[in-house]
Amino acid sequence: MSTDTVRLGAPPAGIDWNAVRSDFPLLGRTVRGGRPLVYLDSAATSQKPNVVLEAEVDFYEQRNAAVHRGAHQLAEEATEAFENARSAVARFVGADDDEIVWTSGATAAINLVAYALSNATLGRGAPASSRFALRPGDEIVVTEAEHHANLVPWQELCARTGAVLRWFPLSDDGRLDLSADVVTERTRIVAFGHASNVTGAVAPVAALVERAKAVGAYTVLDACQSVPHLPVDLHALGVDFAAFSGHKMLGPTGVGALYGRRELLADMPPVTTGGSMVEVVTMATTTYAPPPQRFEAGTQMVAQAVGMGVAAQWLGELGMDAVAAHERALAAELLKIAEIPGVRVVGPLDAVDRLAVVSFVVEGVHAHDVGQVLDDRGIAVRVGHHCAQPLHRRFGVAATARASASVYTTLDDVVTFREALAGVRAFFGEE
Amino acid sequence: MSALDQMYQQVILDHAKNPHGRGLVDAPAGDAVGESHQVNPTCGDEVTLRVAVADGTIDGVSWEGQGCSISQASTSVMTELVTGRTLAEVAELDGVFHRLMESRGKGLDNEEDEDLLGDATAFTGTSQFPARIKCALLGWAALKDSLARSGALAS
Repeated sequence: MSTDTVRLGAPPAGIDWNAVRSDFPLLGRTVRGGRPLVYLDSAATSQKPNVVLEAEVDFYEQRNAAVHRGAHQLAEEATEAFENARSAVARFVGADDDEIVWTSGATAAINLVAYALSNATLGRGAPASSRFALRPGDEIVVTEAEHHANLVPWQELCARTGAVLRWFPLSDDGRLDLSADVVTERTRIVAFGHASNVTGAVAPVAALVERAKAVGAYTVLDACQSVPHLPVDLHALGVDFAAFSGHKMLGPTGVGALYGRRELLADMPPVTTGGSMVEVVTMATTTYAPPPQRFEAGTQMVAQAVGMGVAAQWLGELGMDAVAAHERALAAELLKIAEIPGVRVVGPLDAVDRLAVVSFVVEGVHAHDVGQVLDDRGIAVRVGHHCAQPLHRRFGVAATARASASVYTTLDDVVTFREALAGVRAFFGEE
Repeated sequence: MSALDQMYQQVILDHAKNPHGRGLVDAPAGDAVGESHQVNPTCGDEVTLRVAVADGTIDGVSWEGQGCSISQASTSVMTELVTGRTLAEVAELDGVFHRLMESRGKGLDNEEDEDLLGDATAFTGTSQFPARIKCALLGWAALKDSLARSGALAS
């Protein structure tokens, strides 16, 4: 394998990416007997910069109180921090504040939509919600590339309502095959990932939104992988709903967001019910608060939301165009593993419209064993099906190994990874 | 020896490359037969194992599967180890192997048990890696379940 690489050096944007990396304390630790950590598992979860860690500590040390209730000063400050975080996240993804619903993560956000549609189908929230009611024979469209979190909730919704699940297949290079006539007059929902967590391929959002709109179907975008790595403007994309998580975008675990167009959230019935999401409660009936509070029952994950808000702000200040350019260069470097004998990349081989997420198989060596050898060199990659079994089945493999980058990933990380990967087959006597 | 070399000992790599018992075969007529399909949901490794029991003794073990070298080698080693053993001996082997896998790399502190496991003691290295213990136990889980399904345990 050629080890020639184009040094990223000082990028045009003038960002010192090594300084960016040094903002992430965890990346300074060693693993497996003193080896420097090479963290290439950011598509699973990202590491956190100091500002995010400090924001959570600051919240608990200075502001911790129940939000949206209580007249004391702490309650005011906690509520302000919570709502400022919502604004920061909204601004970051091109949404309005009241279009962002806090959830425990992207999985919960997608399930929230699916169960709201279920409740609408049962007549809850009618007449406003009747636009969401599903009838037997209605169709829900997904893609073969979906993470289980954007597949299983729709399978379940179909099972509950009699709707039928259909999907766009994948072409051999891992891109969506839009030639299939999947979206029809019966389609009510088109749910798809903005970028695949396995192939890294970025979906043609505009084309899918156009098809959905043409038949009056709602679009649900799984934006988990895109929001941390690309400039995302949800209003400009024109999707109806979107889900993303805090922990993949340098924020804390336990928090994520559902975006919904204002008029849609307004017509949606609640899913989780209880405190904080109500207007008037009598012993017999309850009226519900407007969105987003209607969908935020119970005590919220306030400190995590504050952390996610700071992460959004930090990424925004870094500049998502610069982040995307940095990671595009890393993607090109990661893709050079395809030149290693016996290594096959599952997904597009060109760095266009794809993220720095590269899944691969090594001939004669199972992904688990590949990951184990890399781990011994201090390199953290993901192995397995990455919660996308149908995609793996499509490519005839049960498991792949995956290297994925983020803002703090450096060219040195990728070079170390490529060199270690080049030695894997020899370790197992496959050469 | 590094932790990695302790895990991938030659005997394990040999079994992974040339596994014993791979390829499902029909059980001899008259044997009690059980079959089990086990999946490791975190990685998609799977094994389908068939056991044949005659007169309280393992008459044959065969299996199909795909997975990492640890799961394939462990199922292979187990196949060799249990074939021809009585059900009581298999239960004992199962217990000792599980104890080994819970040892966090320390192994068994008793020579008698090590002798009992033979080649299977090579998985001591695997027990240092919590994420891989399930790989080593996949075949054993399939054996236990297929024995239960064979009805041979009741008789």
